[in-house]
Amino acid sequence: MNARIRLAALASLTMLVALIVASTYWQAWAAPDLANKSDNSIQQISQFTIDRGRIFAANGTTLAKNRITHAGGQTYYFRRYPLGSLTAAAVGYATQTRSRAGLERSANDYLTGADQSLAGAIKQIGDRLLGSTIRGSDVYTSLNLDAQRIATQALGSNCGAAVAIEPSTGRVLALVTTPTYNPNDVEGHYDRIRNITSPSCSPASPLLDRATQGLYPPGSAFKVVTAAAALDTGRFTPNSSFYDPGYCTEYGQPVTNFKDQFGPEVFGHLTLATALQDSVNSVFCNIGKALGMRTLMNYARRFGFDQTPPIDLPSDALAISGLYQRSHQHLRLLSPSQDGKGDPGRTAFGQDKLLVTPLQMAIVAATIANNGKEMRPHLVDRVRRSNGDIVRIRPQTVGQPIKPETAIELTQMMESAVSAGTGQAAQIPGVRVAGKTGTAENGTGQPNTTWFISFAPADAPRVAVAVVLQNQTGTGGTTAAPIARQIMQAILSSAPNSNS
Amino acid sequence: MLILVGLITVTGFASVYIARQNEISAGSLSYAGFFFALYLIAHIVARLTVPDADPYLLPMAAFLTGLGLTEIYRLNPTDALRQGLWVVIGLAGFAATLIALRHDFRRLESYKYLFGLSALALLFLPALPKIGHSINGARLWVRFGSLQFQPGELGKIAMIVFLAAYLHSKQEVLALGRLKDFGPLLAIWGCAMLVLVATHDLGSALLFFGIFLAILYLATSRLLYVGVGTALFLIGAAGVYETTAHVRSRVIIWLHPWTTQAVPCPTRGGLLMQRQECESFQLVKSLYSIAQGGFSGTGLGKGTFALTNGKTIIPDLNTDFIFSALAQELGLVGIAALLLVLMLFVVRGFHIALLVDDGFSKLLCAGLTFGFALQTFIIIGGILRLIPLTGITLPFISYGGSSVVANFILLAGLLLVSQRANEAR
Repeated sequence: MNARIRLAALASLTMLVALIVASTYWQAWAAPDLANKSDNSIQQISQFTIDRGRIFAANGTTLAKNRITHAGGQTYYFRRYPLGSLTAAAVGYATQTRSRAGLERSANDYLTGADQSLAGAIKQIGDRLLGSTIRGSDVYTSLNLDAQRIATQALGSNCGAAVAIEPSTGRVLALVTTPTYNPNDVEGHYDRIRNITSPSCSPASPLLDRATQGLYPPGSAFKVVTAAAALDTGRFTPNSSFYDPGYCTEYGQPVTNFKDQFGPEVFGHLTLATALQDSVNSVFCNIGKALGMRTLMNYARRFGFDQTPPIDLPSDALAISGLYQRSHQHLRLLSPSQDGKGDPGRTAFGQDKLLVTPLQMAIVAATIANNGKEMRPHLVDRVRRSNGDIVRIRPQTVGQPIKPETAIELTQMMESAVSAGTGQAAQIPGVRVAGKTGTAENGTGQPNTTWFISFAPADAPRVAVAVVLQNQTGTGGTTAAPIARQIMQAILSSAPNSNS
Repeated sequence: MLILVGLITVTGFASVYIARQNEISAGSLSYAGFFFALYLIAHIVARLTVPDADPYLLPMAAFLTGLGLTEIYRLNPTDALRQGLWVVIGLAGFAATLIALRHDFRRLESYKYLFGLSALALLFLPALPKIGHSINGARLWVRFGSLQFQPGELGKIAMIVFLAAYLHSKQEVLALGRLKDFGPLLAIWGCAMLVLVATHDLGSALLFFGIFLAILYLATSRLLYVGVGTALFLIGAAGVYETTAHVRSRVIIWLHPWTTQAVPCPTRGGLLMQRQECESFQLVKSLYSIAQGGFSGTGLGKGTFALTNGKTIIPDLNTDFIFSALAQELGLVGIAALLLVLMLFVVRGFHIALLVDDGFSKLLCAGLTFGFALQTFIIIGGILRLIPLTGITLPFISYGGSSVVANFILLAGLLLVSQRANEAR
């Protein structure tokens, strides 16, 4: 009978081994998938049993902290945002019912302490065995609250956004979108957010981060990219001369310059440098035609177009800048192989199919400011683990889209746009400012989208800014440039390196 | 060995206590000490009555009950107190069984029909008016005052004794396949199956069926019986599936616990909702709990089992679903360890069956051990979606008095057989 008993034993052990295999499947293999199920209340609630790390501004002001609540024998750490809406776009929210957004989502591993080193991980397992609360890591951001405040005030009741970046490191100093929301309302008072309206745009979309998700035609602000391509390929120099008849001819049709009250401006003989200073469309139209769509877009791609920006925010909340096909109410990004669908003349001065985010334009400005070297934009400066260890996030180079010489030439051209051209409203006494205006037309009779991208001081840049405003009757020079100036001033007046 | 188990239990209780000190009194640590003393007494009884028996089984059972008590205590301290009382009764039953049968348990063989009939009687008890009591639509309990008891658990042991004894005495003739020898066997076992199916106790029905086939095979060596039995079972199951909505629902839950579209919810009058919000709610939430444990678990006392308003997320957590609570708090590491202890228990059980030299003892011991393994598989396999979920208890660990008492008697049976096996050598 023993052979039969062995068979029965084998059958029994096989059943128990199957249980180990099935446990492994659910606890290791399928676990991440189950954690993301929307009805997984266990996952959602358990996140709040972690003493979530706090989030700070560069000057140490608390942006997100915990409110301790006891319920059902557990201690829960729910979020509070002491500054309300001021940093909502960057910090986001962490809630039970509406999950997470912003840094609360992208930095969740830090905030829940899941980023630990080996020693930290072992200690954490020890903590668990002892039943003590898991403490997340504190996240220190690079946000400059003065700049946040000033940008928010300056944008006022407009629908728009502003991004400020430190060119040498990629640290994001300001990320502002208007209208915005109070993250403290997300959990209990969502109706308040739903009811937000704006006099300047409809729908107000307060949860849309216009700085990273808003797609707008860049208009003349894109001319710096066209100029970068023109100079960097060696096909043109700042002194290349042009004749402007007030229009350029594209596919046999005239494309006119910006119209003032007397009709399209006509500049006659001029150089590339003065064309950028005075934002002359016909010159850039002809450069675009000479370079062709492929070269133009290849340079745009070097600056990060057609890719998700490498910023430390949730990637599904980031829009890609590039050529878009508009079909019905839908926007579809064209792939690089479809560059030819664009019209090089209009694309060269930022019209036609081109749509960009303020973040992308700030990256362009910061890259020119940093001698053509693009740094990865980031909000998280450093992380303080619960054991006191500090993890610094080092600046990372993304690439070198243009030669340093090209960047120097572009800087000089952008400086004259502020000192003598369309961007004079961005002048700061005693500081050399480089900038470029943009006034994108959205169709005849429609209000404009206005832009200003800039950096200062031009000789040793500490800040690069992009500002966008929706539905404007004025130009980039009159509407967006003053806002960019205030943001740059706020950052320049804070002591250098006080926030690192 | 026992000391080691004592230490683990104390650590477990201490861990729960530290993690949840805002609601649990410091006196709780004395629980662990109390149970340690209790097991020491059980150990001494075992040493006196069955000195040569397998030394590993009792500590393993102590570990499993200790773990179960710890988790029940963590989920609901009042239940743990009651469960503690049942452990005392179970250990008393353990000691009584050992003392009563210490000379020769094989005399049980001559009372085989008594065991067969008492198995039936125990299964029938809950169906009787007045003392019968039904929970969750299954009428499995009897009630004496405030104590509830599920006699089917003891019926299982009685049934195994009957099957082992009957099949041993008829071993040779049954192998010939003469139909008339199957008469009493099929009569008693068939009645048991009918009762179980009628009372919706599908898990036990499956368990009884599996035990029956296993002992039949062990006694007759005819795999054909197993094949025919399985075929009959499948036909029967298909019939029940067609006729019983309750069974159909279990299978649907097993195959498709998640739906993206709303389907009619039978328990809410056909209201359209996603299945994971309705029929498969318990299974799905339990899977979330298991997945939440991940590799290393949340730690004892730190798992999430209630909403922030205190409402329990998974129904029946401390009885049938205690595995998913343990899986969340102990993680894959802990669960693998737990399953390894269960495997060791099974290995020791079969080891005894191999060593002992008479047919009845072999059948009894192998039958008890197989029943233990199969019961574990049916409940955990159901929770892990390997097989359709049918509610039965997890041996030694689940909250439930009858289960604890029955398993301690099972343990005593294994030790008695082991004593006999080792004595003879």
